[in-house]
Amino acid sequence: MSTAGSAIADAVAQAHRAEWGFVLAATARMTRDLDVAEECVQDAFAQALTAWARTGVPDRPGAWLTTVARRRAIDVMRREVLFRARLPLLVEDSVDEDPAEVAVAAHAGTDQDAVYPDDRLRLIFTCCHPALSREAQVALTLRLLCGLSTAEVARAFLVSEPTMAARITRAKKKISAARIPYRVPALAELPQRVDAVLDVVHLVFSTGHTAPTGSDLMRRDLVERAADLARMLHRLLPGNGDVAGLLALILLTDARRETRTAPDGRLLLLAEQDRGRWDRAAIEEGLALVRTALRSRPPGRYVLQAAIAAVHGEAPSFTKTDWVEIVALYDVLLQIWPSPVVALNRAAAVGFAQGPAAGLAALDELAAEPTLAGYGYLPAARAEFLARLGRVEDARLAYAEALLLTENEVEQQHLSRRLAELGSGRGHGAE
Amino acid sequence: MSQYLVLIYEDESSYATADEQVMGEVMQAHNEFGEKNASAFVGGNALQPTATATTIRGDGAGGFTVTDGPFAETKEALGGYYLVEAADLDEAIAIAKQVPARFGGVEVRPVMTFE
Repeated sequence: MSTAGSAIADAVAQAHRAEWGFVLAATARMTRDLDVAEECVQDAFAQALTAWARTGVPDRPGAWLTTVARRRAIDVMRREVLFRARLPLLVEDSVDEDPAEVAVAAHAGTDQDAVYPDDRLRLIFTCCHPALSREAQVALTLRLLCGLSTAEVARAFLVSEPTMAARITRAKKKISAARIPYRVPALAELPQRVDAVLDVVHLVFSTGHTAPTGSDLMRRDLVERAADLARMLHRLLPGNGDVAGLLALILLTDARRETRTAPDGRLLLLAEQDRGRWDRAAIEEGLALVRTALRSRPPGRYVLQAAIAAVHGEAPSFTKTDWVEIVALYDVLLQIWPSPVVALNRAAAVGFAQGPAAGLAALDELAAEPTLAGYGYLPAARAEFLARLGRVEDARLAYAEALLLTENEVEQQHLSRRLAELGSGRGHGAE
Repeated sequence: MSQYLVLIYEDESSYATADEQVMGEVMQAHNEFGEKNASAFVGGNALQPTATATTIRGDGAGGFTVTDGPFAETKEALGGYYLVEAADLDEAIAIAKQVPARFGGVEVRPVMTFE
């Protein structure tokens, strides 16, 4: 392919990443059918490859793609009306756009959001509707908002492509047959519905941050998609503290990405990471978001998690971390989100604030917690504190137990190395 | 507008042992639900307990087997339903949340339409 050709391909790929959700949401509002909308948007991107090679990349690729997708949708819909009765259509409040409003916006428009209203909020609330299973919510969000293919979504969640295709088809059928509406929920419902959306975005992020299995610690693509989604939500719901909190959490956590593994692929714990290579711009942006979000009362789960990440982000070194502050934040977090995993993280922080004996005692209080059975980070954290206390045999057992409970190869190698180092008296820390 | 069937699943034994006061409260709750949602109401009934149910299946040889009891034995059994009209699932869920079901819960199912 020529250089010009590959430049066009890059521009289309970039538009796919940045504009897919916008174009699909605007097209779905018109077709009121997700399948037809997807087909037309795919078609618009295919047309862009040839058209942009001829005429150059348009100033506003999203508006160009939306216009083409909607024109195609008109053709498809004419045909559909003639040939078959369709399933019930997506329901929304005001189907018709005010033509005058669109025309005025088009004249004023320096940015495409003015030409086509941004319907991505409608789309994400439909994808994350509580009447859909969490698996379906995640799959639809990645597929419809981020433009991932069914194969890519299947790979991310470790299911076969036919299974994922069936899951997506079933979910779309439910949206249409049960008439899940295409709209932003009413104010009274909004907090709860935003929570569901944030949980989906967070699940995408955490799946990417530490891949459940495989040879790589991270799935960069998923982390980036989660960051894109959080940024989009923050732009569309700027006053929402929880949204700002999740964006901050993602930025602050992901700021450490370059330092989480050594050049040889070895896992590096928080204590071992080169803080000079943390992404300072991401940390600064995250800190500013946390400061604003903490003003929302009471701060939600993601705001508090982001605040904890912010303490790490500001600490000059692992030993100079304000562990007392971190334990205090975990205490507040536990009150609003009494999750055993949060209790586990709090116990680990207690160990750094008050010493390994206190940490071990806090961890042992959680030993009977049924939901932590099978959770590898509990024995891993116990092992660290046992090793620091010189209880080598107990530490050995705990590392062995932790090893049985992770399928991520980078984590497995880390635990094996720790196990081998026992007794050598090297320093330890938690990630 | 679409129609949704709201199926009420409750623990029958709780009704069997409920005193008059509880039964009175339940009746009143249903009456209030009906009044408040009169514009959405299409139909609805309470059913006799599953002890009165009879299940009929084809035996695959042109005949039928008729057996005593409900189609499926569950702790919470179908005990009644409302048929309501709603613009979309959100509206149907909002109505379903008001259906009295103190000994269980409800299931919302869109009614299929044929064109």
